[in-house]
Amino acid sequence: MMAGFRPVILWTDALVLGLVASVFLFALYTSRHEHLRAPWRKVARSTSGMVAATVLLGFFVVGFLDSMHWQRALPGDNKAGTATRYAPEVLSVLDVVAEPLRTHPERTFSAPFAVHAHTRETVTLPDGGQVRDFPRLKFGGRHLADPERDRDADISLGVLQGIALAVVAWIAAGALVTGIAAARSRRRFGEVSGDLWHGRLDTPLRAVLITLGVLLCLMVPLALLSGRYHVFGTDKVGQDVFYLTLKSIRTGLVIGTVTTLVMLPFALVLGLMAGYFRGWVDDVIQYLYTTLSSIPGVLLIAASVLMMQVYMDTHADIFDSVTRRADFRLLFLCLILGVTSWTGLCRLLRGETLKLRELDFVHAAEAFGVGPWRIMLRHVLPNVIHIVIITTVLGFSGLVLAEAVLSYVGVGVDPAMNSFGTMINAARLEMAREPIVWWSLAAAFVFMFVLVLSANLFADAVRDALDPRIRAQFVRPGVWQHLAREANSRLRVGAR
Amino acid sequence: MTTPLLQVEDLRTWVASGDRIARAVDGVSFSIERGETFALLGESGCGKSLTALSIMRLLPDAGAIVSGRVRLDGTDLVALPERRMRDFRGRKIAMIFQEPGASLNPVMSVGDQVRETLARHLGLVGDAADRRVLELFDAVGIPDPERRLGEFPFQLSGGLKQRVMIAAALACEPQLLIADEPTTALDVTIQAQVLELLRDIQRRSGMSMLLITHDLGVVAETAHRVAVMYAGEIVETAPREIFFSRPAHPYTRKLFASVPGESARDAPLAVIRGAVPPLWQTFEGCRFADRCDRAGEVCVQVVPTFRPVAPGQSARCHLYNDDGPGVVTETAPAAVAPPRSVGSVAPDTLLEVEGLKIHFPIRKGLFKRVVGHVRAVDGISLTIPRGRTLALVGESGCGKTTAGKGIVRLLPATAGAIRFEGVDLLQLDQARLRRRRRDFQIIFQDPFASLNPRMRVLEIVGEGIAALGIATTAGEREARVDMLLAQVGLAYDMKYRYPHEFSGGQRQRIAIARALAVNPKLIVCDEPTSALDVSVQAQILNLLRELQERLGLSYLFITHNISVVEFLAHEVAVMYLGRIVEHGNVHDVLHSPAHPYTQALLSAVPRIDAADRRSVVRLQGDMPSPAAPPPGCHFEPRCPKAKVACAQAYPTEVTLSAGHRVRCILYPE
Amino acid sequence: MLRYLIRRVLYAIPILIGVNVLTFTLFFIVNSPDDMARMQLGVKRVTPEAIDNWKRERGYDRPLLWNGSAQGIDRVRDTIFFTHSLRLFKFDFGTAESDGRDIGHEIRTRMWPSLSIALPVFIVGLATYVTFALLMALFRATFLDFAGVLVCVTAMAISTMFYIIGGQFLVCKLWNLAPISGFAPGIGAWRFILLPVGVGLVAGFGESSRWYRTIFLEEINKDYVRTARAKGLSEGRVLVHHVLRNALIPILTGVVVVIPGLFLGSLVTESFFGIPGLGSYTIDAIGSQDFAVVRSMVFLGSLLYIVGLILTDISYTLVDPRIRFE
Repeated sequence: MMAGFRPVILWTDALVLGLVASVFLFALYTSRHEHLRAPWRKVARSTSGMVAATVLLGFFVVGFLDSMHWQRALPGDNKAGTATRYAPEVLSVLDVVAEPLRTHPERTFSAPFAVHAHTRETVTLPDGGQVRDFPRLKFGGRHLADPERDRDADISLGVLQGIALAVVAWIAAGALVTGIAAARSRRRFGEVSGDLWHGRLDTPLRAVLITLGVLLCLMVPLALLSGRYHVFGTDKVGQDVFYLTLKSIRTGLVIGTVTTLVMLPFALVLGLMAGYFRGWVDDVIQYLYTTLSSIPGVLLIAASVLMMQVYMDTHADIFDSVTRRADFRLLFLCLILGVTSWTGLCRLLRGETLKLRELDFVHAAEAFGVGPWRIMLRHVLPNVIHIVIITTVLGFSGLVLAEAVLSYVGVGVDPAMNSFGTMINAARLEMAREPIVWWSLAAAFVFMFVLVLSANLFADAVRDALDPRIRAQFVRPGVWQHLAREANSRLRVGAR
Repeated sequence: MTTPLLQVEDLRTWVASGDRIARAVDGVSFSIERGETFALLGESGCGKSLTALSIMRLLPDAGAIVSGRVRLDGTDLVALPERRMRDFRGRKIAMIFQEPGASLNPVMSVGDQVRETLARHLGLVGDAADRRVLELFDAVGIPDPERRLGEFPFQLSGGLKQRVMIAAALACEPQLLIADEPTTALDVTIQAQVLELLRDIQRRSGMSMLLITHDLGVVAETAHRVAVMYAGEIVETAPREIFFSRPAHPYTRKLFASVPGESARDAPLAVIRGAVPPLWQTFEGCRFADRCDRAGEVCVQVVPTFRPVAPGQSARCHLYNDDGPGVVTETAPAAVAPPRSVGSVAPDTLLEVEGLKIHFPIRKGLFKRVVGHVRAVDGISLTIPRGRTLALVGESGCGKTTAGKGIVRLLPATAGAIRFEGVDLLQLDQARLRRRRRDFQIIFQDPFASLNPRMRVLEIVGEGIAALGIATTAGEREARVDMLLAQVGLAYDMKYRYPHEFSGGQRQRIAIARALAVNPKLIVCDEPTSALDVSVQAQILNLLRELQERLGLSYLFITHNISVVEFLAHEVAVMYLGRIVEHGNVHDVLHSPAHPYTQALLSAVPRIDAADRRSVVRLQGDMPSPAAPPPGCHFEPRCPKAKVACAQAYPTEVTLSAGHRVRCILYPE
Repeated sequence: MLRYLIRRVLYAIPILIGVNVLTFTLFFIVNSPDDMARMQLGVKRVTPEAIDNWKRERGYDRPLLWNGSAQGIDRVRDTIFFTHSLRLFKFDFGTAESDGRDIGHEIRTRMWPSLSIALPVFIVGLATYVTFALLMALFRATFLDFAGVLVCVTAMAISTMFYIIGGQFLVCKLWNLAPISGFAPGIGAWRFILLPVGVGLVAGFGESSRWYRTIFLEEINKDYVRTARAKGLSEGRVLVHHVLRNALIPILTGVVVVIPGLFLGSLVTESFFGIPGLGSYTIDAIGSQDFAVVRSMVFLGSLLYIVGLILTDISYTLVDPRIRFE
């Protein structure tokens, strides 16, 4: 295989990279400031939050791998002087990792782990006669001589191999984590691992490791077997559903994160200005967001996307490949979702700024003659940033869900782009088939459910840690009984 | 003698905060006789409110009673099932709270809120209930009760709301009334009304009262017996007379010594060093040991027991052990500062405010037409000489804070002149005002809101230095911050910390350092100690006075606390509804107040010293709204000495003696 | 009170004008009518005559904002902005681009099926969610509360479409209890309504219940609740008479504003169940790229939202005496 390729940075790739970079920088900045770090330490202590974060990290790795694109050089024309020509197909790292999934389509539907097609077809027998039968798949279980006899054993073996691999990887990860924890607390490895297993560390590392173990035990066997079978079956045109699901992850993540990136500047600048300057500035900004938010979101998005479609149809020459076209549409969808969703955060920030600007530390700064922009930057912004983070994290799962609905309505991502929405849209009609085709829907459901659930749980942990309003602390009745016993025993000791 | 009404035995209430469990109430025992007012006195965080809530079994979700007994008339309340306990709440024990505004349901009419109790315990509904509510409203002195029945809390003033709370509490004639800081949120004249009402009701009904407070003055005027709480324990109990004449525990003595006042004027106030120990630990010795001047070895090693020290008086202190040093003799406070004179020579004027008006427009309608003005500050004139303190005294809503902020140009003035060293600040453009800003600074009331929680002390204190170009390089700036921190009594390495790591008193020190950073000549102190405990207040007052003497600062000291005025001020201006009604040197105004309002205000202040107590001039009603002030003298509607002429025109200023001026027609020109 | 209402209605006018200008920009300036014609007629076999014809049929052959060739008032009136955008204020929606039917008539007939599903979901849902949230608040900090929150969080993580597909699969296909889709006029509609309503209730359950629970818990920690308990009231009475009454204010903020919008129905539900309501009308219009219908729905949606805001303000005066006696 020749080495010729050129990296392709799609619009959304650039934004994803920018986002990763800014999250990294923010983390770096946070780690140097104690008051910023403290709430995150609280997040790190939340079991559900950390378990969710582990799962999310898995999703983000897949999404990130799918965000590094290139085009392969075409073979031939390798003479000096002539420009290398590149295949029109834009591939990502994920595509290469999942090469067999992408390049082994079937003709049409097949069930998970099937070796035969889901529907009868006319098969030509070796003797020239034709029968209606379930034909063997071109790819799924092709290596089996007698599928009826060997398939189950083959799958079991694959699962066992996978689990063995997963366990090895998991032990390595566990040792690494324990080692780091031991090094940081300057204690012996054995001591720390004992604490870890009895849940005595202040971070729920045990829960994180268990989650990691479960994830590995599920995904490694699947990945192994996906080289031999269509583990989640195939869809109507024979594409591997597992591959489609993996590809959909990036779309969901991009919608969930880039949209926020788009809306943040609007919400921050306008919200702070409205709250700080008040007067006519406030009136104008309020008018702006009331007007925008009065248009039902779906309709505004629908109208904008329709208009963009007209634009793209009349300017088809701008987009040199299907991928770029789909990517542009994804970017535009993020933009328009951002434009429709900044109003809520803006309103929140305006209200908070109105409160903050009356606080004494702002007055104190004014008494030094500090200018308004500097006050907003140094005194107001740092005190509203928790609202921004909470809104961002809470909004993520909503956006992932919104994508599915919009794609169903027909104003979501490009039909050529894989997403949970397009998967559901394509699969829902197949529920009526006999026998029922359930796997596409099930795959989309499971992945989307896990993604949204873990995003929600993580968001809850973040909100609990960052929201300064003191929440009621709930102590289970049992805990008090324990304490009372302890108190009594202590008193008895004292009495003696 | 019959058994006491309430017996609290070894009560322990623990509260979860964060990951820790604080032993907020740790073995408290006391008893209340029938018809007795028992005061539980202590500074914030000592566990007094949680003790009260434990008796009611109304603890927050994070707290629980872990052991102990609370016997009311022989019934152990702690052991009752919740359902039975509800029959006691509101029927046998009632409770009123600190914030009458937050403690009433905002969307329920006040009549309904009282009726609810009647229906629950007495089954009174309909007309019978209405009659009873009217009776109760009448008894607690709510004017025009028929009209008030259907009104909502937001339509009532703070004092009236607390009266409604009292009416609801008294509805079923409880045997015990728990009053948790019932007057802390109220102005001093209203406080006097409410305290009088409580005393009166108790005399008439013979119920018992548990009064929770931090205010020695309130205790002196109301209680029969007193218990002092410190760090979750009761450290002393005594009958009132003994308590005020011979306090036993070193902590109690320190509390008395740290109350500012005229007698303390010539020396720094006594302070209690250090801070209250955190309550999640188990104590090996006396909880007060590391703050106590008289602590010995035994104090840090052995937990003191609660023992009688005199008839009726008990204390938790090793000094009263049989082998201890016995009753402490009073040590005279070391005189550090020279005695302060009151206005002998008149130094030159630093600030002169003339006819300052600050009006806020009230806008209404589609086009935000101005339909009226809130006359927050309505033409005040005052002067502050160099190195002197002018106290601006008044109740909440009188416009004193607005005046302070207006003087340092944080609020736009409507009219008048503010001449600082002869330059009218109101005539300066933005750039020149900015350069002038280094000369006058401000310190705020709330030590938690006045420091940006996201900035380190270094940046907080350094902000003004940078903004006004006092120091050019970062190194110079840091050196200056170190110097300033030392000046206000903080260690220089504290500059890398964030505000949340400091206590209220330390935060106020940081705020003072921030103001000092630009070498101001005048500091407006807007109630800088009213959010602090009395022992911490003493530290801040000492610091402010020391800084004045060292740096020659002038203060405009805005406060409602008369004892602070007595301690700190050279001159006093009394404000009522946007105007200054009386102005003069501290001795004249406080000892021979001329204006009826000043007289009422001073008489309403609760006094520790019984000899000092004067008869309270009782004021009617509340301060009118500054949006619609009365046509004549603003004080006329409430004035006990009002004449017909008072309602016609605002009185002109009359000079009584050198520098003592008053606006009242009682004093002819 | 009346003056207050009039003022609120007057506030709505500039907002509606803003919406109108925005949609006009979106539909006529971002892409010219020529572009739309080319799109509608198919990019390949389009001739200038066909485009002109298409525009003339729909009245898009006028200038956008200013008609220089006309006389007097017609310079303004004989423009696309006037004929297509401003007339929306008269509720004159014009005709659909795809099939030429009267949009106003369609809206009037299709809103009833939409309402027949949205209204029961709204009313029953509100009652159910508030009750459930109150129960969680009553049993706060116990296992029941924890389990309730867990159910809510799980329910929130499932897309509406899965609820619909799942409901259709279980109820229609496995149990054969209801028709999968369709609608019947009049009283016979109940068979078709039952499942969409049920699915709507389940789909909204998690998010709403959890939100109400948060509101209740925020109220429960306030001082006046402690006062109510100090009177000896039972926890149930405290919750209903004190907490709920105060919590109604934030709840109404989120709830009343959607009431007028109920007419518009739900896009996804109606499309899945084949309900001939405004939701499926909109989806069909999006599918066939019928801009006239989308434009009308955008305007109608904004109008109803603003009506919702006004209703919210009115509802405040009912529950909050502080506003009633303003």
